[in-house]
Amino acid sequence: MAIQSPTVDIAAPLVRPTVASASRGYWPSVGRRLRRDPVTLVCAGVLLLIVLSSIAAPLLGLADPYKTSMIRRLYPLGSPNHLLGTDELGRDMFARLIYGGRLSLFMGVTPVVCALLIGGILGITAGFVGGKINMAIMRVMDVFYAFPSVLLAISLSGALGAGTENTLLSLTLVFIPPICRVSESVTTQVRGFDFVDAARASGASALTIVRVHVLGNVLGPILVYATSLISVAIILAAGLSFLGLGVKPPEPEWGLMLNTLRQAIYVNPVLAALPGVMIFITSICFNLMSDGLRAAMDVKA
Amino acid sequence: MLLYALRRLLYLVPVAFGVSLLVFALVHLAPGDPISAIVPPDAPKEVVDKLKEYYGFDKPLPVQYFRWLAVTLTGDLGTSIGTGRPVAAEVASAFGNTIILAIAATLFAFSLAVFLGTSAAYAKSRIVDRLVTMISLMGVSVPHFWLAIVLVIVFSVEMGVLPPMGLGPENSTGWRLDWPHLKHMILPTIALSVIPLGVVTRTVRSTVKETLSMEFVTALQAKGMRDDQILRHVLKNAAPTCLAVMGLQAGNLIGGSILIETVFAWPGTGFLLNSAIFRRDLPILQGTTLVLAGFFMLLNLTVDVIQTMVDPRIKRG
Amino acid sequence: MESLVPVEDRGGPAQPLLLASGLRKHFPVPGGLLGRSGKVVRAVDDLSLSVAKGETLGVVGESGCGKSTVARLLIRLIKPDRGTMVLDGDPVDEPHGITVNELRRQVQMVFQDSYASLNPRLTIGETLAFAPKAHGLPAAEARARVRDLLDKVGLDPTNYAERYPHELSGGQRQRVNIARALALRPRLVILDEAVSALDKSVEAQVLNMLVDLKTELGLTYIFISHDLNVVQYLSDRVLVMYLGKIVELGSVEAIYGDPQHPYTRALLSARPSMDPRRRTKEAPIQGDPPNPIDPPSGCRFRTRCPFAEDVCARAEPPLADTGAQAVACHMRIAGSGHSKAVAT
Repeated sequence: MAIQSPTVDIAAPLVRPTVASASRGYWPSVGRRLRRDPVTLVCAGVLLLIVLSSIAAPLLGLADPYKTSMIRRLYPLGSPNHLLGTDELGRDMFARLIYGGRLSLFMGVTPVVCALLIGGILGITAGFVGGKINMAIMRVMDVFYAFPSVLLAISLSGALGAGTENTLLSLTLVFIPPICRVSESVTTQVRGFDFVDAARASGASALTIVRVHVLGNVLGPILVYATSLISVAIILAAGLSFLGLGVKPPEPEWGLMLNTLRQAIYVNPVLAALPGVMIFITSICFNLMSDGLRAAMDVKA
Repeated sequence: MLLYALRRLLYLVPVAFGVSLLVFALVHLAPGDPISAIVPPDAPKEVVDKLKEYYGFDKPLPVQYFRWLAVTLTGDLGTSIGTGRPVAAEVASAFGNTIILAIAATLFAFSLAVFLGTSAAYAKSRIVDRLVTMISLMGVSVPHFWLAIVLVIVFSVEMGVLPPMGLGPENSTGWRLDWPHLKHMILPTIALSVIPLGVVTRTVRSTVKETLSMEFVTALQAKGMRDDQILRHVLKNAAPTCLAVMGLQAGNLIGGSILIETVFAWPGTGFLLNSAIFRRDLPILQGTTLVLAGFFMLLNLTVDVIQTMVDPRIKRG
Repeated sequence: MESLVPVEDRGGPAQPLLLASGLRKHFPVPGGLLGRSGKVVRAVDDLSLSVAKGETLGVVGESGCGKSTVARLLIRLIKPDRGTMVLDGDPVDEPHGITVNELRRQVQMVFQDSYASLNPRLTIGETLAFAPKAHGLPAAEARARVRDLLDKVGLDPTNYAERYPHELSGGQRQRVNIARALALRPRLVILDEAVSALDKSVEAQVLNMLVDLKTELGLTYIFISHDLNVVQYLSDRVLVMYLGKIVELGSVEAIYGDPQHPYTRALLSARPSMDPRRRTKEAPIQGDPPNPIDPPSGCRFRTRCPFAEDVCARAEPPLADTGAQAVACHMRIAGSGHSKAVAT
């Protein structure tokens, strides 16, 4: 997980100056460029499919993902009635993979969203106010930075004990510092531009200046950075469940399934690797989406 | 230069203080009484109280913290609840094994990444560039613990050429530099190196590409300098950024190896941490986390100082 | 609270619009073991000035002499370490005076970089409406004011209000910046290198517009520039700065016609002339300005001054009135100990 702060490039013109035609704002032009990016569109489609199918799983007429069967254990792929086989307890793999998306995605996306709110507010405050407040906030973040992120997540979850809430809590704590640091650095940059000084000279309140002049310029880079963290979060959340620190059995979750199916690698290796394929696809799509967004928003890594 | 290193070291003191607070808090984050992990639930109350007094859990938290800090600073990390051995000894032997794996993965990942990244930046054909971009994307997207399982499936289960787990042959007493031990390292090293490989390749590619587009390169070309000489100049300019990212990645390897060590039953700190979590051996959890964080801090400091030495643009005197 | 009408004149024409005395700003230099080196950049050092109502005060000096810091101090974008300011009789930021916010209603500023001083995410209309809205002007009135402002700076409101900064040329953007500075109906406008980045032809148009606006709106200007010709064209009085201090201050005729300080003379002689007969053979100033972290003792200009003597290193020359202008030079002070000092 590389923590590199993006830079705000104010001077890069978004759209070539046009002759007195209708001008476009920043966000419409980002949207237009995203719509012209086939890779991002495909990834968004795949993710949408995974998200929608996991949400609508009960409506899809799938087998019961919890129903075990002692005699139908570890069926291979392509078995009748079990398209993707069955797991070590005879549960339908296809259903479990679809249902598994619910927790896996939830546990990957939620911490990043929470960290985005908390870390974003802290970072923008630190960057805009500067001085002692900045020192105080950033020094606390430095303490969290003294831990490799995976170690921090595992130690926190390990101490808190297994469970969905504890995993969410520790993952959120892991992602607050990097988001805070990025928010602080882009806000500090934007604060240095003359238009912020001009706004201050107009006598507007700090909150108004942040709302009108700062947010619009820093939200892009922060959002791009946060989306690039989602894939890390999904892998990390699955990793915690894989270690037995996250979701508890018998809930379907990709990391946990990968763990319980390890005993099957000698019997049915392809089956044992399937949940990981789901994590891999999801994480690739999020990474490519993040790259597309970065390009469309013209944020320099 | 020395002044900068000293200042960084001095700055580490408050951070280290914060780290110690956080590590101390780990034990108290645990649900219930820290003592409940040690004694069976049906233990008589007098015994529990005795033990509480013995471990100092009956004192107020600040007192407990400073007591713990004082003892820890002497190098005493407590006693493992599971094995009864000193935590420091347990962590020390595991740490050595983790470092061996981390060094192997670092060397492998970084040399390959520099090669791939530079060739992609230099590539005239889009195919090479695309391919390298793909590889680095795979590296950062793949769940590395899953890759570890896949490697075991392919090379151990299906092909039977490489051992699936352990540090060395069954009678091995510790890591040695010989073929049977090296054979055991191959799969964990590959699994561990994918993330840094992806991240560093990406950084090298973009930094070298950016440097190549700078005007001084055009000037060197106009001067008639040979390509390999120009490459030296370019790499020298790209080095500081790449070094910074590499340093962070090397540090993250130590943390990231927890999952890999668990898959391969590699007796390192990650393996130790994982088993400690399940035995609720809190002293081990605390000790391992402290040692790893301390190492990570020193590594970051070193990278920072080296980067300042390499990069004349940063003046931190 | 207000419908943003222009602030009434209070003290009459004889009372200076803005009086600043003893302004000082030292920026700490990072470094040392604890991140504090104990050293400071003396950006502005005990500077006093007054601006009369309706005049244009030109401020000239080399880059790095503290011109921009003065501008930012006067509008309180940075807080001075010490010094006081009085705006038309009212002390600023003092118990019985006016607040910094009231100061900013009456004093506005135009920045040099026309791109960096406009928010790229806002349309021109939104940028111009920001300050009036922040002061409580209703949306409809703010819209009307935007049209009025654009009109004043010579940009067609229907065409430009909906545009983004990157769609405008440098000259158009600077016109917008001027419009923004006028949005609160200020009395004093500080123009910090406001036309320096523009092409010469565009610069002339904008300068003429500034002159027209001044008469139309009864404005007072502080015009900061390194371009001596432009300052001469626009100013009534001129202030010459060197390393955070005033070296000479006087009417534009006096400064340009009979410069007294060696630095002012060197600056003026270094300016390119189109007239071959007026080209000087005199050598321009040598070298770069000294480091403001450790300015020379005594007179700060002595390291580059051809007339420097022992006394210049020993004592700092005060800004002394010589009749037409005030000069800070030992040669202009009788009995200062300089061999070329004027006779009493």
